[in-house]
Amino acid sequence: MLRPFALHRPGTAEEACGLLARLGDDAVPYAGGTELLLLMKLGLLRPRHLIDVKRVAGFDAITDGARLTLGAAVTHRAVERSPLVGRHCALLAAVARHVANVRVRNVGTVGGNLAFADPHSDLATLFLTLDATVELVSGRGRRELPLTDFVRGAWETARAPDELLASVRLTPWPSGTAATYVKFGVHERPTLGVALALCRAAAGARVGEARLAIGCVDARPARVPAAEARLTGVAVAELEDVAGAVAEAAAAAVDPADDLHGSADYKRAMVAVFVRRALRIAAARARGDVAPAARFPHAVVA
Amino acid sequence: MIDAGARVPIRLVVNGRARELAVATHALLLDVLRDDLDLKGAKRSCDSQVCGACTVLVDGLAVSACTYLAVEADGCAVLTVEGLAEGDTLHPIQRAFVDAGAVQCGFCTAGMLLTARALLDEHAAPTREQVLHYLRGSLCRCTGYRKIVEAIVAAGGGDR
Ligand SMILES: Cc1cc2nc3c(=O)[nH]c(=O)nc-3n(C[C@H](O)[C@H](O)[C@H](O)COP(=O)(O)OP(=O)(O)OC[C@H]3O[C@@H](n4cnc5c(N)ncnc54)[C@H](O)[C@@H]3O)c2cc1C
Ligand code: FES
Ligand code: FES
Repeated sequence: MLRPFALHRPGTAEEACGLLARLGDDAVPYAGGTELLLLMKLGLLRPRHLIDVKRVAGFDAITDGARLTLGAAVTHRAVERSPLVGRHCALLAAVARHVANVRVRNVGTVGGNLAFADPHSDLATLFLTLDATVELVSGRGRRELPLTDFVRGAWETARAPDELLASVRLTPWPSGTAATYVKFGVHERPTLGVALALCRAAAGARVGEARLAIGCVDARPARVPAAEARLTGVAVAELEDVAGAVAEAAAAAVDPADDLHGSADYKRAMVAVFVRRALRIAAARARGDVAPAARFPHAVVA
Repeated sequence: MIDAGARVPIRLVVNGRARELAVATHALLLDVLRDDLDLKGAKRSCDSQVCGACTVLVDGLAVSACTYLAVEADGCAVLTVEGLAEGDTLHPIQRAFVDAGAVQCGFCTAGMLLTARALLDEHAAPTREQVLHYLRGSLCRCTGYRKIVEAIVAAGGGDR
């Protein structure tokens, strides 16, 4: 059962931010409610005012240009089906297709996912490899900050109480990039997410820049510079030779805790396993081969 | 703004029939369907969007009615399991479930049928893979899923 609350349906960001500023602690933003309503049902949150962000002008837009911009109220389903997303970052559409279940995808939003900052988010992990920045808006103005600075920890962000997340901006990889996202787990939410992008060097035969992000095992997702360094400059044909070293570097970079998803040691071991698998898949894609039998138990390959 | 505790008028078309109701902001669609409209097909089980027993379609999209505000359905068409059959004639998906033996205790069945309906509206002849993907988050404690999957593939004209 939910406790009673007032529902506000502002049509502009100014109006919405005005409400947040005026109502202070009594108000929370509300998008799809797939996280918020759960907390309210459990009595963990008892807001007296819900500020619906779904009618805020522009929040449901997906636009391209120098960057790909997803409005905060864009649903996972809309990401999955957007022709613009398909054109600029097909992997993102594939990842959106595997978020949660169909009911959550139909209602849950990109902004809600990022603003909630659950450590078990596929989007945040993938977005780190797309140099994501988030746009925050309040009565005091707008600011843009890197996703790495926005997500501070488990369920913790840099958003001030009077701010709304307006959009997330992504920089699609250059053409010729071979990328994959692999998630693993037996629970409803992923136990581990690995995002890997191999951007080609100008000549095409070597990795110009590598981006590897690990999510779900630590309080917040993070890139792994040490592993990326091992991949940079490696010839596409020799990528599998460095797989062991890359996997080791990734496992050494995480600092997991024991929880329902498994022990810290287990998670660290799985990081190594799935980084190696992700590299094998991305390497095959870089060579133009069909990815190796992408059927790992309890894993989804996008 | 809609005040806490105030009842707001909403208009929906439920299973093809226009309805006007007054609901509180905090009323969940599942409770409105079950208690106000006496449509008991959608069930509350996990209450947290993981099981699918409460699945209904809002403007054709599957949602968890257990975690969906009734006010959000204002102006929408809602389909529950009670709206699938035409009089005494079962919907082809229901027929396929019966033929395949995809129902045991029946607790998950309403949700499974509506999830299947949404899938078939998107992909008229889904593959087994597409069915499995769509059924993620729809739990059945009895059948072991095999017959449910077979039924949905068959309903799309595929040969299981
Ligand atoms: C069963 C289940 C399985 C899931 N599995 C996955 C998974 O596999 N992978 C994955 O990545 N995610 C998963 N999720 C998380 C899912 O992606 C989020 O629940 C969803 O995207 C949240 O969006 P929402 O619009 O419903 O947010 P809400 O519930 O409406 O809001 C969530 C939080 O964000 C705040 N908020 C919302 N919008 C804004 C805004 N514009 N500005 C500021 N604050 C805002 C709210 O105040 C609230 O604190 C799962 C969730 C569930 C329930
Ligand atoms: S009761 Fe709604 S999904 Fe389980
Ligand atoms: S038939 Fe009993 S839960 Fe599915």
